[in-house]
Amino acid sequence: MGDDKLVGIVLVSHSAEVAASVAALAKELAGGAEAVPVAPAGGREGGGVGTSAELVSAAAASVDRGAGVAVLTDLGSAVLTVKALLAEGDELPDRTRLVDAPFVEGAVAAVVTAATGADLDAVEAAAAEAYAYRKV
Amino acid sequence: MLDADFFRRWMAATAASVDREAERLTALDSPIGDADHGSNLQRGFTAVRATLEKDAADTPGAILVLAGRQLISTVGGASGPLYGTLLRRTGKALGDAPEVTEEQLAEALRAGVEGVMTLGGAAPGDKTMVDALVPAVDALRDGFAAARTAAEQGAEATTPLQARKGRASYLGERSIGHQDPGATSSALLIAGLAEAAEA
Repeated sequence: MGDDKLVGIVLVSHSAEVAASVAALAKELAGGAEAVPVAPAGGREGGGVGTSAELVSAAAASVDRGAGVAVLTDLGSAVLTVKALLAEGDELPDRTRLVDAPFVEGAVAAVVTAATGADLDAVEAAAAEAYAYRKV
Repeated sequence: MLDADFFRRWMAATAASVDREAERLTALDSPIGDADHGSNLQRGFTAVRATLEKDAADTPGAILVLAGRQLISTVGGASGPLYGTLLRRTGKALGDAPEVTEEQLAEALRAGVEGVMTLGGAAPGDKTMVDALVPAVDALRDGFAAARTAAEQGAEATTPLQARKGRASYLGERSIGHQDPGATSSALLIAGLAEAAEA
Protein backbone atom coordinates (compact mmCIF):
# COMPACT_ATOMS: atom_id res chain seq x y z
CA MET A 1 0.00 0.00 0.00
CA GLY A 2 0.97 3.60 -0.26
CA ASP A 3 2.44 3.14 -3.70
CA ASP A 4 0.57 4.96 -6.43
CA LYS A 5 1.23 2.19 -8.93
CA LEU A 6 -1.81 -0.01 -9.32
CA VAL A 7 -1.84 -3.76 -9.84
CA GLY A 8 -2.97 -4.70 -13.33
CA ILE A 9 -5.64 -7.29 -13.95
CA VAL A 10 -6.02 -9.62 -16.93
CA LEU A 11 -9.18 -11.63 -17.51
CA VAL A 12 -8.72 -14.71 -19.70
CA SER A 13 -11.79 -16.51 -21.00
CA HIS A 14 -12.49 -18.92 -23.84
CA SER A 15 -14.92 -16.29 -25.09
CA ALA A 16 -14.02 -12.74 -26.14
CA GLU A 17 -17.47 -11.60 -25.07
CA VAL A 18 -17.22 -13.17 -21.62
CA ALA A 19 -13.78 -11.67 -20.97
CA ALA A 20 -14.84 -8.20 -22.12
CA SER A 21 -18.15 -8.32 -20.26
CA VAL A 22 -16.62 -9.49 -17.00
CA ALA A 23 -14.02 -6.72 -17.28
CA ALA A 24 -16.79 -4.14 -17.78
CA LEU A 25 -18.91 -5.65 -15.00
CA ALA A 26 -16.03 -5.69 -12.51
CA LYS A 27 -15.21 -2.04 -13.19
CA GLU A 28 -18.86 -1.09 -12.94
CA LEU A 29 -19.41 -2.94 -9.66
CA ALA A 30 -16.15 -1.64 -8.26
CA GLY A 31 -17.35 1.93 -8.78
CA GLY A 32 -14.71 4.58 -9.20
CA ALA A 33 -12.20 1.97 -10.31
CA GLU A 34 -11.53 3.69 -13.64
CA ALA A 35 -7.86 3.97 -12.74
CA VAL A 36 -7.38 0.21 -12.37
CA PRO A 37 -5.82 -1.22 -15.51
CA VAL A 38 -8.00 -4.15 -16.57
CA ALA A 39 -7.63 -5.97 -19.88
CA PRO A 40 -9.69 -8.82 -21.29
CA ALA A 41 -8.00 -11.61 -23.26
CA GLY A 42 -10.82 -13.67 -24.63
CA GLY A 43 -11.08 -16.25 -27.38
CA ARG A 44 -8.61 -16.93 -30.16
CA GLU A 45 -6.87 -14.29 -32.22
CA GLY A 46 -9.11 -13.55 -35.16
CA GLY A 47 -12.18 -14.90 -33.39
CA GLY A 48 -13.44 -18.26 -32.25
CA VAL A 49 -13.64 -19.95 -28.89
CA GLY A 50 -10.36 -20.84 -27.22
CA THR A 51 -7.29 -19.21 -25.72
CA SER A 52 -4.65 -17.11 -27.43
CA ALA A 53 -1.19 -16.87 -25.89
CA GLU A 54 -0.63 -13.71 -27.94
CA LEU A 55 -3.75 -12.00 -26.60
CA VAL A 56 -2.80 -12.98 -23.04
CA SER A 57 0.75 -11.62 -23.44
CA ALA A 58 -0.48 -8.39 -25.02
CA ALA A 59 -3.13 -7.89 -22.33
CA ALA A 60 -0.60 -8.45 -19.54
CA ALA A 61 1.84 -5.99 -21.09
CA SER A 62 -0.93 -3.41 -21.48
CA VAL A 63 -1.90 -3.42 -17.78
CA ASP A 64 1.60 -3.61 -16.30
CA ARG A 65 2.30 -0.45 -14.28
CA GLY A 66 5.17 -2.00 -12.37
CA ALA A 67 3.11 -3.20 -9.40
CA GLY A 68 2.48 -6.67 -10.76
CA VAL A 69 -0.26 -8.28 -12.82
CA ALA A 70 -2.97 -10.61 -11.53
CA VAL A 71 -4.34 -13.01 -14.15
CA LEU A 72 -7.73 -14.63 -13.66
CA THR A 73 -8.92 -17.38 -16.00
CA ASP A 74 -12.01 -19.44 -16.66
CA LEU A 75 -11.00 -23.05 -17.31
CA GLY A 76 -9.11 -25.63 -19.35
CA SER A 77 -6.87 -24.11 -22.01
CA ALA A 78 -7.11 -20.66 -20.38
CA VAL A 79 -5.49 -22.02 -17.22
CA LEU A 80 -2.95 -24.14 -19.07
CA THR A 81 -1.94 -21.38 -21.49
CA VAL A 82 -1.23 -18.92 -18.68
CA LYS A 83 0.70 -21.56 -16.73
CA ALA A 84 2.74 -22.45 -19.82
CA LEU A 85 3.53 -18.76 -20.44
CA LEU A 86 4.55 -18.28 -16.81
CA ALA A 87 6.78 -21.35 -17.00
CA GLU A 88 8.51 -19.84 -20.03
CA GLY A 89 9.82 -16.99 -17.88
CA ASP A 90 10.03 -14.17 -20.40
CA GLU A 91 6.60 -14.17 -21.99
CA LEU A 92 4.78 -12.12 -19.35
CA PRO A 93 5.78 -9.02 -17.35
CA ASP A 94 7.75 -9.51 -14.13
CA ARG A 95 5.52 -10.25 -11.18
CA THR A 96 2.69 -11.64 -13.24
CA ARG A 97 0.73 -14.20 -11.26
CA LEU A 98 -2.04 -16.66 -12.07
CA VAL A 99 -4.63 -16.11 -9.35
CA ASP A 100 -6.71 -19.08 -8.21
CA ALA A 101 -10.16 -17.54 -8.03
CA PRO A 102 -13.69 -17.86 -9.41
CA PHE A 103 -13.76 -15.86 -12.63
CA VAL A 104 -16.58 -13.35 -12.14
CA GLU A 105 -16.56 -12.96 -8.36
CA GLY A 106 -12.77 -13.01 -8.29
CA ALA A 107 -12.56 -10.33 -10.97
CA VAL A 108 -14.83 -8.01 -8.99
CA ALA A 109 -12.87 -8.59 -5.79
CA ALA A 110 -9.56 -8.08 -7.58
CA VAL A 111 -10.61 -4.80 -9.22
CA VAL A 112 -12.13 -3.41 -6.01
CA THR A 113 -8.98 -4.27 -4.09
CA ALA A 114 -6.60 -3.02 -6.77
CA ALA A 115 -8.47 0.31 -6.81
CA THR A 116 -7.43 0.90 -3.19
CA GLY A 117 -3.78 0.78 -4.21
CA ALA A 118 -3.32 -2.64 -2.58
CA ASP A 119 -0.31 -4.72 -3.61
CA LEU A 120 -0.34 -7.92 -5.67
CA ASP A 121 -0.51 -10.20 -2.61
CA ALA A 122 -3.59 -8.38 -1.34
CA VAL A 123 -5.27 -8.43 -4.75
CA GLU A 124 -4.58 -12.15 -5.05
CA ALA A 125 -5.89 -12.84 -1.55
CA ALA A 126 -9.08 -10.88 -2.17
CA ALA A 127 -9.76 -12.68 -5.43
CA ALA A 128 -9.07 -16.12 -3.93
CA GLU A 129 -11.28 -15.29 -0.95
CA ALA A 130 -14.21 -15.01 -3.35
CA TYR A 131 -14.28 -18.84 -3.32
CA ALA A 132 -15.36 -18.67 0.33
CA TYR A 133 -18.53 -16.72 -0.37
CA ARG A 134 -21.29 -19.33 -0.28
CA LYS A 135 -24.55 -18.59 -2.05
CA VAL A 136 -26.75 -21.13 -0.34
CA MET B 1 23.41 -39.83 -33.74
CA LEU B 2 20.31 -37.73 -34.31
CA ASP B 3 20.95 -34.41 -36.03
CA ALA B 4 18.81 -31.36 -36.72
CA ASP B 5 17.49 -32.97 -39.92
CA PHE B 6 16.12 -35.87 -37.91
CA PHE B 7 14.15 -33.44 -35.72
CA ARG B 8 12.86 -31.55 -38.74
CA ARG B 9 11.73 -34.85 -40.25
CA TRP B 10 10.03 -35.73 -36.95
CA MET B 11 8.03 -32.51 -36.93
CA ALA B 12 7.18 -32.82 -40.64
CA ALA B 13 6.05 -36.43 -40.25
CA THR B 14 3.88 -35.47 -37.28
CA ALA B 15 2.36 -32.55 -39.20
CA ALA B 16 1.55 -34.90 -42.08
CA SER B 17 -0.06 -37.53 -39.86
CA VAL B 18 -2.05 -34.90 -37.95
CA ASP B 19 -3.32 -33.65 -41.34
CA ARG B 20 -4.24 -37.19 -42.31
CA GLU B 21 -5.89 -38.04 -39.00
CA ALA B 22 -7.48 -34.67 -38.15
CA GLU B 23 -11.00 -35.86 -38.85
CA ARG B 24 -10.53 -38.98 -36.77
CA LEU B 25 -9.12 -36.95 -33.86
CA THR B 26 -12.08 -34.60 -33.97
CA ALA B 27 -14.49 -37.55 -34.21
CA LEU B 28 -12.90 -39.06 -31.08
CA ASP B 29 -13.22 -35.67 -29.39
CA SER B 30 -16.94 -35.37 -30.20
CA PRO B 31 -18.50 -37.73 -27.64
CA ILE B 32 -16.20 -36.78 -24.73
CA GLY B 33 -14.74 -33.39 -25.67
CA ASP B 34 -15.62 -30.29 -27.64
CA ALA B 35 -14.94 -31.72 -31.09
CA ASP B 36 -11.98 -29.52 -31.92
CA HIS B 37 -8.91 -31.65 -31.21
CA GLY B 38 -8.19 -32.49 -34.84
CA SER B 39 -8.67 -28.99 -36.18
CA ASN B 40 -6.76 -27.42 -33.27
CA LEU B 41 -3.73 -29.67 -33.67
CA GLN B 42 -3.85 -29.33 -37.42
CA ARG B 43 -3.69 -25.55 -37.10
CA GLY B 44 -0.80 -25.91 -34.66
CA PHE B 45 1.33 -28.33 -36.65
CA THR B 46 0.63 -26.46 -39.89
CA ALA B 47 2.16 -23.42 -38.16
CA VAL B 48 5.08 -25.54 -36.91
CA ARG B 49 5.74 -26.77 -40.44
CA ALA B 50 5.59 -23.24 -41.89
CA THR B 51 7.87 -21.83 -39.20
CA LEU B 52 10.45 -24.58 -39.57
CA GLU B 53 10.52 -24.05 -43.33
CA LYS B 54 11.41 -20.37 -42.78
CA ASP B 55 13.52 -20.58 -39.65
CA ALA B 56 17.14 -21.66 -39.71
CA ALA B 57 17.07 -23.32 -36.27
CA ASP B 58 19.91 -25.78 -36.62
CA THR B 59 20.10 -27.78 -33.40
CA PRO B 60 17.70 -30.46 -32.16
CA GLY B 61 16.94 -28.41 -29.06
CA ALA B 62 16.27 -25.17 -30.94
CA ILE B 63 13.94 -26.93 -33.38
CA LEU B 64 11.82 -28.42 -30.61
CA VAL B 65 11.72 -25.19 -28.58
CA LEU B 66 10.57 -23.31 -31.67
CA ALA B 67 7.95 -25.94 -32.50
CA GLY B 68 6.65 -25.92 -28.93
CA ARG B 69 6.36 -22.16 -28.92
CA GLN B 70 4.37 -22.26 -32.16
CA LEU B 71 1.95 -24.80 -30.70
CA ILE B 72 1.33 -22.66 -27.61
CA SER B 73 0.68 -19.67 -29.88
CA THR B 74 -1.55 -21.22 -32.47
CA VAL B 75 -3.53 -24.21 -31.20
CA GLY B 76 -6.06 -22.30 -29.08
CA GLY B 77 -7.11 -25.31 -27.01
CA ALA B 78 -5.60 -27.13 -24.04
CA SER B 79 -3.52 -29.30 -26.37
CA GLY B 80 -1.51 -26.17 -27.31
CA PRO B 81 0.12 -25.54 -23.94
CA LEU B 82 0.34 -29.29 -23.28
CA TYR B 83 2.08 -30.26 -26.54
CA GLY B 84 3.96 -26.95 -26.50
CA THR B 85 5.32 -27.72 -23.05
CA LEU B 86 6.18 -31.27 -24.10
CA LEU B 87 8.29 -30.15 -27.06
CA ARG B 88 9.77 -27.08 -25.44
CA ARG B 89 10.78 -28.90 -22.27
CA THR B 90 12.26 -31.71 -24.34
CA GLY B 91 14.11 -29.18 -26.49
CA LYS B 92 15.49 -27.33 -23.48
CA ALA B 93 16.69 -30.62 -22.00
CA LEU B 94 18.62 -31.30 -25.23
CA GLY B 95 20.48 -27.99 -24.85
CA ASP B 96 22.40 -26.69 -27.86
CA ALA B 97 24.17 -29.87 -28.94
CA PRO B 98 24.29 -30.18 -32.75
CA GLU B 99 23.62 -33.93 -32.49
CA VAL B 100 22.18 -36.08 -29.72
CA THR B 101 22.09 -39.80 -29.00
CA GLU B 102 18.90 -41.82 -28.78
CA GLU B 103 19.52 -42.14 -25.05
CA GLN B 104 19.75 -38.37 -24.69
CA LEU B 105 16.52 -37.97 -26.61
CA ALA B 106 14.80 -40.54 -24.40
CA GLU B 107 15.98 -38.74 -21.29
CA ALA B 108 14.92 -35.33 -22.65
CA LEU B 109 11.53 -36.67 -23.71
CA ARG B 110 11.05 -38.01 -20.20
CA ALA B 111 11.65 -34.48 -18.88
CA GLY B 112 9.12 -33.21 -21.43
CA VAL B 113 6.50 -35.73 -20.33
CA GLU B 114 7.11 -34.78 -16.71
CA GLY B 115 6.51 -31.15 -17.72
CA VAL B 116 3.18 -32.14 -19.24
CA MET B 117 2.19 -34.05 -16.10
CA THR B 118 3.08 -31.07 -13.92
CA LEU B 119 1.23 -28.59 -16.13
CA GLY B 120 -1.94 -30.62 -16.51
CA GLY B 121 -1.81 -32.40 -13.16
CA ALA B 122 -2.44 -35.74 -14.91
CA ALA B 123 -1.03 -39.11 -13.89
CA PRO B 124 -1.05 -42.41 -15.82
CA GLY B 125 -4.55 -43.87 -15.86
CA ASP B 126 -6.35 -40.50 -15.98
CA LYS B 127 -7.27 -41.06 -19.66
CA THR B 128 -5.00 -38.38 -21.12
CA MET B 129 -2.03 -38.02 -23.46
CA VAL B 130 0.14 -39.19 -20.55
CA ASP B 131 -1.23 -42.72 -21.08
CA ALA B 132 0.42 -42.91 -24.49
CA LEU B 133 3.54 -40.87 -23.69
CA VAL B 134 4.74 -42.63 -20.54
CA PRO B 135 4.77 -46.14 -22.06
CA ALA B 136 6.39 -44.71 -25.21
CA VAL B 137 9.23 -43.12 -23.25
CA ASP B 138 9.69 -46.33 -21.29
CA ALA B 139 9.89 -48.31 -24.55
CA LEU B 140 12.35 -45.95 -26.24
CA ARG B 141 15.27 -47.96 -24.88
CA ASP B 142 14.17 -50.69 -27.31
CA GLY B 143 14.06 -48.29 -30.24
CA PHE B 144 11.64 -46.00 -32.02
CA ALA B 145 9.47 -48.79 -33.45
CA ALA B 146 8.94 -50.19 -29.95
CA ALA B 147 8.03 -46.72 -28.71
CA ARG B 148 5.49 -46.32 -31.51
CA THR B 149 3.86 -49.65 -30.63
CA ALA B 150 3.82 -48.79 -26.93
CA ALA B 151 2.20 -45.41 -27.61
CA GLU B 152 -0.47 -46.94 -29.85
CA GLN B 153 -1.24 -49.62 -27.27
CA GLY B 154 -1.29 -47.00 -24.54
CA ALA B 155 -3.79 -44.91 -26.53
CA GLU B 156 -6.02 -47.94 -27.17
CA ALA B 157 -5.87 -48.84 -23.48
CA THR B 158 -7.52 -45.52 -22.58
CA THR B 159 -10.88 -46.76 -23.95
CA PRO B 160 -12.10 -48.49 -20.77
CA LEU B 161 -10.78 -45.75 -18.50
CA GLN B 162 -12.85 -43.05 -16.84
CA ALA B 163 -11.51 -39.55 -17.53
CA ARG B 164 -10.14 -37.70 -14.52
CA LYS B 165 -8.74 -34.61 -16.25
CA GLY B 166 -10.02 -32.05 -18.72
CA ARG B 167 -13.46 -31.57 -20.13
CA ALA B 168 -14.11 -35.32 -20.48
CA SER B 169 -13.88 -35.66 -16.68
CA TYR B 170 -17.18 -33.77 -16.37
CA LEU B 171 -18.82 -36.76 -18.03
CA GLY B 172 -17.80 -39.14 -15.24
CA GLU B 173 -18.66 -42.73 -16.12
CA ARG B 174 -19.99 -41.68 -19.51
CA SER B 175 -16.39 -41.08 -20.59
CA ILE B 176 -15.81 -44.84 -20.40
CA GLY B 177 -15.80 -46.66 -23.74
CA HIS B 178 -14.19 -43.91 -25.78
CA GLN B 179 -10.52 -43.78 -26.79
CA ASP B 180 -8.91 -40.58 -25.56
CA PRO B 181 -8.20 -38.09 -28.38
CA GLY B 182 -5.10 -36.67 -26.66
CA ALA B 183 -3.58 -40.12 -26.16
CA THR B 184 -4.38 -40.84 -29.81
CA SER B 185 -2.61 -37.73 -31.08
CA SER B 186 0.31 -38.43 -28.73
CA ALA B 187 0.68 -41.79 -30.47
CA LEU B 188 0.90 -39.89 -33.79
CA LEU B 189 3.71 -37.75 -32.39
CA ILE B 190 5.64 -40.85 -31.31
CA ALA B 191 4.92 -42.55 -34.65
CA GLY B 192 6.50 -39.47 -36.24
CA LEU B 193 9.73 -40.30 -34.42
CA ALA B 194 9.73 -43.79 -35.91
CA GLU B 195 9.04 -42.36 -39.38
CA ALA B 196 11.88 -39.88 -39.01
CA ALA B 197 14.19 -42.74 -38.07
CA GLU B 198 13.12 -44.82 -41.06
CA ALA B 199 13.59 -42.00 -43.57
